[in-house]
Amino acid sequence: MTMTDIELAENARDGDRNAFRQLVERHYDSAYRVALRMTGSVPDAEDIAQDVCLALADKLSSFRGTSRFSTWLYRVVVNACRDHHRKRATSDRLHSNYAMVYEFSRADEADDSQRRGWLSDAIADLEPALRETAILVLSEDLNHKEAGEILGCAENTISWRMHEIRKKLKTLVDANHD
Amino acid sequence: MTDEFKDLKDALRNEGPISPRKEARDLAIDKAMHAFDEKNTSAAKGIGIGNRLMGTAIAAYQILIGRRSMNMRLTPALAGGASLSALLLVILSTSYLQNNFEDAKTIPDGLASRQPTPSPQKEAVEERVFAELRPSENDHLTEESAIVFADPALPSASAGLPSTAAEPTMMAPSINPSPIIAFDAAPGAVGVGHSSAPAEAKRRFMIQSFDADQQAQGFYQDQGRDEFSTIKTNPIKLVSEEPVSTFSIDVDTASYSFIRASLNNNVLPQKDAVRVEELINYFPYDYARPDDTSVPFKAGISVYPAPWNDERKLIHIGIKGYELQGLEKPASNLVFLLDTSGSMDAPNKLPLVQNAMKLVLDSLKPDDTIAIVTYAGSAGTVLEATPVKDKAKILRALDNLHSGGSTAGAEGIRQAYQLAEQNFREKGVNRVILATDGDFNVGVSSDEELKSYIERKRQTGVYLSVLGFGTGNYNDALMQTLAQNGNGNAAYIDSLNEARKVLVEEAGSTLFTIARDVKIQVEFNPATVSEYRLIGYETRLLNREDFNNDKVDAGDIGSGHAVTAIYEITPTGSDAGLIDDLRYSTSDALASPSATSGEYGFLKMRYKLPDESTSKLVSTPITNDKEYSSVEEAPNEARFATAVAGFGQLLRDGRYTGSYALDDVIDLAKSAKGEDEFGYRAEFINLVRLSKSVAAIAPLDAEHSVSPTQP
Repeated sequence: MTMTDIELAENARDGDRNAFRQLVERHYDSAYRVALRMTGSVPDAEDIAQDVCLALADKLSSFRGTSRFSTWLYRVVVNACRDHHRKRATSDRLHSNYAMVYEFSRADEADDSQRRGWLSDAIADLEPALRETAILVLSEDLNHKEAGEILGCAENTISWRMHEIRKKLKTLVDANHD
Repeated sequence: MTDEFKDLKDALRNEGPISPRKEARDLAIDKAMHAFDEKNTSAAKGIGIGNRLMGTAIAAYQILIGRRSMNMRLTPALAGGASLSALLLVILSTSYLQNNFEDAKTIPDGLASRQPTPSPQKEAVEERVFAELRPSENDHLTEESAIVFADPALPSASAGLPSTAAEPTMMAPSINPSPIIAFDAAPGAVGVGHSSAPAEAKRRFMIQSFDADQQAQGFYQDQGRDEFSTIKTNPIKLVSEEPVSTFSIDVDTASYSFIRASLNNNVLPQKDAVRVEELINYFPYDYARPDDTSVPFKAGISVYPAPWNDERKLIHIGIKGYELQGLEKPASNLVFLLDTSGSMDAPNKLPLVQNAMKLVLDSLKPDDTIAIVTYAGSAGTVLEATPVKDKAKILRALDNLHSGGSTAGAEGIRQAYQLAEQNFREKGVNRVILATDGDFNVGVSSDEELKSYIERKRQTGVYLSVLGFGTGNYNDALMQTLAQNGNGNAAYIDSLNEARKVLVEEAGSTLFTIARDVKIQVEFNPATVSEYRLIGYETRLLNREDFNNDKVDAGDIGSGHAVTAIYEITPTGSDAGLIDDLRYSTSDALASPSATSGEYGFLKMRYKLPDESTSKLVSTPITNDKEYSSVEEAPNEARFATAVAGFGQLLRDGRYTGSYALDDVIDLAKSAKGEDEFGYRAEFINLVRLSKSVAAIAPLDAEHSVSPTQP
């Protein structure tokens, strides 16, 4: 029988090794996925996901069970990405990393390259706050409230950011169709 | 929702393989579990010894596993950069294991029995971790676990690896389950495509990665102080002006291992570190052997178009030495002269020397003798000549070596020669084997003085071999001088595996000389050849008159050695020549008799038998009956040598290779890989691939990337 994240987290906090392992195994993939989208680089994402896992044992004590575990974990990941970002990435590098990730994952769809080009540009061109928002809302399918919780801002701010993103994408699409 | 949102959303959702790699995932989870265990044991027990050690181990492990400054930089150019980095990580840990396995085999019994084998060790660790988690267990368990953790870190038990480097071995088993799988999967990712390579190749690659990674880790390391003599690439010569080319053979291989260590460190080797002939001669070639023992070696010649220029041709001269069999091997009197100065205090130096020595023991006969002289602050004899059958005594002496102090190299050499002469064996091998990073910084020794000393000692029949260790402070120039003047050979040892190649596999060619002072002279036929150029051998050129002068020293061929020389020629009448015809004088006068029109030139070789002082001459015309119309048709061995020659020239500057690129080298080498029993050729191909990404990095940046503190 499966235990919920919160039960696992509580057991792990009490020293249950297996509960902790289950928890990490369950959430590694999404931590990695978000990190990959945030950084655009596989090694960076692996580093971040690993750091998050490593810190989890310690951080777990700060998990109060007031929000969903996944929401809480997203917050940890996003913060790790921000730290990481501060440490090394320049927008230029990010840009090229994005191009590369897309190239790797979709190299066989050669005819798709043009569309891919503007999409990766679109993501990389977004300023960091908008990018985080876009990733959580569009790809992780979180609602504005959860995204707000993770990013530490109001639900309204998220809605406003989504509006901004839409505007920017539109400009890009128009430019692309010209 | 607008189209553009949908597009973006689809793109994010369906971009294919976003799932993490299993290795990275497993690793992260493992580390999380360790962190968890650490936290929980400390909560339960306070700060116990075992706990602290485990913490240290995890910290060391993190240093090893967590940071990938080196591999990060490969990412842009290697299509599988990310996978490669994980590959190196996993392999790293297994090779630590491997290293310790090998050490375990050679250490005295008392110690060996205390070193747990890895998998039980893992179980032990886990068991104890569990035990510690159970609140009802007694405190003494903590003590016991401390012993388990500390054991691999005992300097003697791990044969000299410094304790911080040795500790991760206890962690290694945790990610051990799929090392080979990781390796197999990786070549696909980086496009290597030789997953069927023999296990030896894997092992080799692992050990190399280990060393490369080890060098990137946090012990003191000199940087950028490697010394090489300047090499000026051989220019193109006009046959009408200088029809004769003379050089000494070179059986050294140091250059190849050095550039391999350098490339594995993600640094382009400096140009002068690349001696093309040593790159070529590093590899074993299966050239035709001498039919009988009357002439100790045989030269095979083939001619084929140059892969970098269709209009020009390559003349490939492959020389294979006669191979001594078992009983024929002369008795050996070896004196090891080991540098134990402070600069040798790095995992890739003294400990590697010690392990290399242990390998040598296994390749010698019981009655051969070994003596050990060390030199540091003061030089001293550590071990008088001792028969190899008294192995325990030799091992004890080896294990007691410690590094420290400055280097009185000259005094050490004097003592070593003295010992060698005391135990001189008529008709035997009398050799001083010098192991050092070449940093002779104290003593009477100017290079010149040392050189003349060694030259004089050569007359007594004691030869010198030089084994180079370490990067950063490596004095290649001096090592070459010593080896060339001491009738010896120089090899560069960057890993235990390289030590095995040089000292065990090729012990015959390293130790047993079958022909001395081997010189080559080629006279080109102006009727068929207008220009020529010798690829490599820049440091071995001789004057034309030196060829017949037996007093002039040259390289020696060991038992079973293969030596390769390649000339690039421009056929007469071809418009590929680089040198224009003269306006005011014509070369008509050079028209030669038709009898030799099928000859490109005439090859002459001089050599001395080991115990003789006058040279013998062998000669053969270079004809067009061994000519192939394309590179593809040329024999395997010649093609591979050509690929290596191409690589070496590209690493130098590619002055004469036109648009020939690293990818072309890879293709050619791949097509000529042959049986490749030990995986050397596969490794070469990987090295060329590696150099592609290294080359993309500006030299300055590359220098930073080896800094151990790079985040």
